[in-house]
Amino acid sequence: MTILDVADLRASLGGQEVLKGVSLRVGAGEFVGLIGPNGAGKSTLLRAVLGLTRSTGTVTIDGRAARELNARARARKISYLPQEREIAWPVSVERLVALGRAPHLPPFSRRSASDDAAVREAMARMEVGEFADREATKLSGGEKARVLIARALAQGAPLMLADEPTAGLDPAHQITLMRIFAGLAQEGGSVVACLHDLGLAARWCTRLVLLDKGRIVADGAPDEVLTAQTLRSVYNIEAHLGSIDGRQMVYPLDLAEGVVRGVRE
Amino acid sequence: MSEQARFATVLVVLGIAVAVLFVLSLTTGPAQSGIAAGISALLSGDEGALSLVMREIRLPRAVLGLMIGATLGLSGAVLQGYLRNPLAEPGLLGISASASLGAVLTIYTGLSLTFPLALPLAALAGALCAVLVVRAMAGASGGTLTIILAGIAVSAFAGAMTSLALNLSPNPFAALEIVFWMLGSLTDRSMTHLWLAAPFMLVGWAMLALVARPLDLLTLGEDAAASLGVNLRQVQFLAVTGTAASVGAATAVAGAIGFIGLIVPHVLRPLVGALPSRLLPASALGGAAVLLAADIAVRVLAPGRDLKLGVLTALVGAPFFLWLVWRTRRQML
Repeated sequence: MTILDVADLRASLGGQEVLKGVSLRVGAGEFVGLIGPNGAGKSTLLRAVLGLTRSTGTVTIDGRAARELNARARARKISYLPQEREIAWPVSVERLVALGRAPHLPPFSRRSASDDAAVREAMARMEVGEFADREATKLSGGEKARVLIARALAQGAPLMLADEPTAGLDPAHQITLMRIFAGLAQEGGSVVACLHDLGLAARWCTRLVLLDKGRIVADGAPDEVLTAQTLRSVYNIEAHLGSIDGRQMVYPLDLAEGVVRGVRE
Repeated sequence: MSEQARFATVLVVLGIAVAVLFVLSLTTGPAQSGIAAGISALLSGDEGALSLVMREIRLPRAVLGLMIGATLGLSGAVLQGYLRNPLAEPGLLGISASASLGAVLTIYTGLSLTFPLALPLAALAGALCAVLVVRAMAGASGGTLTIILAGIAVSAFAGAMTSLALNLSPNPFAALEIVFWMLGSLTDRSMTHLWLAAPFMLVGWAMLALVARPLDLLTLGEDAAASLGVNLRQVQFLAVTGTAASVGAATAVAGAIGFIGLIVPHVLRPLVGALPSRLLPASALGGAAVLLAADIAVRVLAPGRDLKLGVLTALVGAPFFLWLVWRTRRQML
């Protein structure tokens, strides 16, 4: 079953074409790592799917054209975790996580018991229940990140788009997060996450999509995408590639030959 | 106490404060009367002197005080929530300055002498111009930074035009009248002023109330709010137009009264768990209480001297704000 179908998506930012015809299908149960160098168009792709950036091409969400969905209906299908971890006011963690239920609330009504259950479950999953009553602005960077992820989980949408969710987390919480996303996929949900850590991406994602200069240059299982050849041509790096427990392992070692010479000159 | 119960307590306490101050405002003034005598004179239909004073002078003054205070508190809370900036206040959008300019022009041209209602009407027109310019500048994308910058530009221009009117004022009396009007006051406002301003304020309140839940979601930033189903353009329209209608009408009848829209939301925010949607009703009640108190104070502190309301709110508000900044700085260290 396809939850997201993107065909020939093009978008420009400040006169520069950032997406040059991207086509992508994401099925239920997939944990897709969106990788690529800085400026490849990863964030723009997520934003274009959500309608936050103007684009041409077609986006189909759960069988319906995105243009026909109103904002609330779309919010029930896709949750989004922006790169900026903004929390403007010192609201309690529990309140902040509960904001994720907004697309499910009829106007002028309160949270129902099922909303409360979803909030509790999301907080338990991200292990933020212990500071439910603390002010969200006073948390550490990593704690804030977990609270905001819990907010996105509470939304209960079948597809989650996350923009660099692991940035600023310690290794244990990076792994916890990847496990949670992998768990969501196993339960039949779908996650598309922009990732810079190739090691994490290779180990946990069911599929990697490599973007370069606004185009998809590789798409498939981690060991098909992360080859010495693509790492050299797209990332300009040499990496140690291996396999542990039947999963791809990547460790970036140095800049690629030609680039090193360029740096020295 | 649970968060919910604390919020209810805050609203009840503020509501009682507003009710008490409203009655005190009704019974304060040069025509001395006891509280009971004043209220019974207001409610009786007779044509006695006290009844006339109560009905034609005190009642519109107290009701306007309540409504204008609520307007300033509510719009301040909405703008701080919308712009996600604790320094935002109703004057930021250039609405107060433009409304003042409209009023000043009628005094300058002498139109307000021949047709008294020209003053509030011109002030409303000024507010309308400000909102049109600010919204046109912000454009389709509707970024909050553009709104702030456009508001500052409109404020500065309206201020310059007001200075020009003072500069070229035909006689010292007109200049004095302009200055006094700009200081802000509720003295000698009639029922006509109330009937003129009330509809705009009520419509403005309704628009501002509609943004309560979207403002909560904006706590997460514009992108996250949009992904949660918030229509950012609609929120911008409601916040800016609602502020223009209510603050424009408030300025039209009372002049520019500063600091209430800035300080009241600031003080109440921690008491309501910082949630913007809860801050709106609390801040409206808080604004009404503070303005009623200030309007009582100007009558009690300097009877017969016509101390201006705007002077008092700035005199008390500015040092208080300084203290708030000092306290916040200490918290951040």
